[in-house]
Amino acid sequence: MAVSVRIPTILRTYTGGESEVSATGANVAEILDDLDANFAGIKGRIVDEDGKLRRFVNVYVNNDDVRFEQDLATPTPDGAEVSVIPAVAGGC
Amino acid sequence: MSAAVTEAPGTSGLREGAFGHATSLACRECGHKVDLGPFYACPECFGPLEISYDFPAVTREEIEAGPPNIWRYKALLPVPTDIESSPNTEPGFTRLLKADNLGAELGITNLWVKDDSTNPTNSFKDRVVACALSAARELGAKVFACPSTGNLANAVAAAGARAGIKTVVFIPSNLEQPKQVNSAIFTENLVAVDGNYDDVNKLASEIAGEEEGWAFVNVNVRPYYAEGSKTLGYEIAEQLGWRLPDQVVIPVASGSQLTKVDKSFQELIKLGLVEDKPYRIFGAQAEGCGPVATAFKAGTDAIRPVKPDTIAKSLAIGNPADGIYVLDIARRTGGAVEQVTDEEIRAGIVQLARTEGIFTETAGGTTVAVTRKLVETGQLDPNLETVVINTGHGLKTLDAVSGQVSAAATIAPTYAAFKATGL
Repeated sequence: MAVSVRIPTILRTYTGGESEVSATGANVAEILDDLDANFAGIKGRIVDEDGKLRRFVNVYVNNDDVRFEQDLATPTPDGAEVSVIPAVAGGC
Repeated sequence: MSAAVTEAPGTSGLREGAFGHATSLACRECGHKVDLGPFYACPECFGPLEISYDFPAVTREEIEAGPPNIWRYKALLPVPTDIESSPNTEPGFTRLLKADNLGAELGITNLWVKDDSTNPTNSFKDRVVACALSAARELGAKVFACPSTGNLANAVAAAGARAGIKTVVFIPSNLEQPKQVNSAIFTENLVAVDGNYDDVNKLASEIAGEEEGWAFVNVNVRPYYAEGSKTLGYEIAEQLGWRLPDQVVIPVASGSQLTKVDKSFQELIKLGLVEDKPYRIFGAQAEGCGPVATAFKAGTDAIRPVKPDTIAKSLAIGNPADGIYVLDIARRTGGAVEQVTDEEIRAGIVQLARTEGIFTETAGGTTVAVTRKLVETGQLDPNLETVVINTGHGLKTLDAVSGQVSAAATIAPTYAAFKATGL
């Protein structure tokens, strides 16, 4: 499915400075593969050597954190917005 | 390559000594180094960036001769030597109270409360915000902003007002009314977001990535901001007579404060300001948002994010960024991370108030209740010197206990009626 992906500043060196790019795939894993095909190396920044989401990266599909859904198997319906955001925090 | 979050504030034109004795930013995960600037995520692995220093020799006398606020420790913070001359809220050096009455109830022989409710906006956040404000100023930021569960918004709005910089603060729209008023009184730009803290945080990260000249205290200047919590540890040690306590109980939301208290103790040891001795660090969470406590109990490093559901809104961070480091520290020092129910939190608030005259917010109620549970379960040694940290004032979360306490009697204005109460 065609989706738009919001790219954090930290990864825009891969996308030529673009903050939003399009990608296709039925789930997050396929979206990341498609991104990597167009922007070589970007996937390795989001997932680790074991193919799991890096600890300090959050990925959202339509504002839902994929860690609460099906992680990389989370479906990405046509027209969805996928966001990749570094983890930060407030509170104590 | 560096992980710039905004084009500006930038690093060009930084003045000499803008960040004191700080030398660089280093990734806590992979060690990758980044120049000092408005960066918070490692460009290699997204890990959190932490400030590295080249500390000069610092003596107890030099610190004791400093002002009665966090700037007495300025040599150990990422701030310039002339920090006191810039308008700020001058937080810190809050009281460390011997808590014998609470200790007697909990069965702890030597108990102290570090009471940060007496800071300028009544929470420990004034400490971290003062450090973030310095960084924002040095980086030339035009807007001082934060996503917040309330206390931080209060502190940012007040510090910005005093510094004369525009503030914009984002809070969950269901936040307690007093916390909203406490921020709105200082700024015209309080934005209530329909969502929980994690939603607000996500939004702030997106804004920080798009808008120029914004310093989000706990996003793109987070490495500087977080260092402010070290002053809690410095003060505890200094106020105990330059000595580390045996045990400390600290509330955990993101886990930042707990990790920084540990860092402060380690720095004091390395600088020769205190004797090197073992200490145990304990983390306190609410059951309605206890992902770190759950992982601790399960003996795993995998912290499963949760959707928060607790009255302890200042601890309601379902995806704690520093949680993994909290686990490391609790395990390394022989401490623990424990969690309590909302009912226990309410009881903790009342207990601290009735025994020590300190009105704490829900986070402090959590810490007191967890301390009780740690003693009851044998995880905390009641015979060792113990410090519990109270991070904020109860007036901010009146709703939490308004059903717990009330007038003992309502009487006619006569002496006879008074006598009839039996008081």
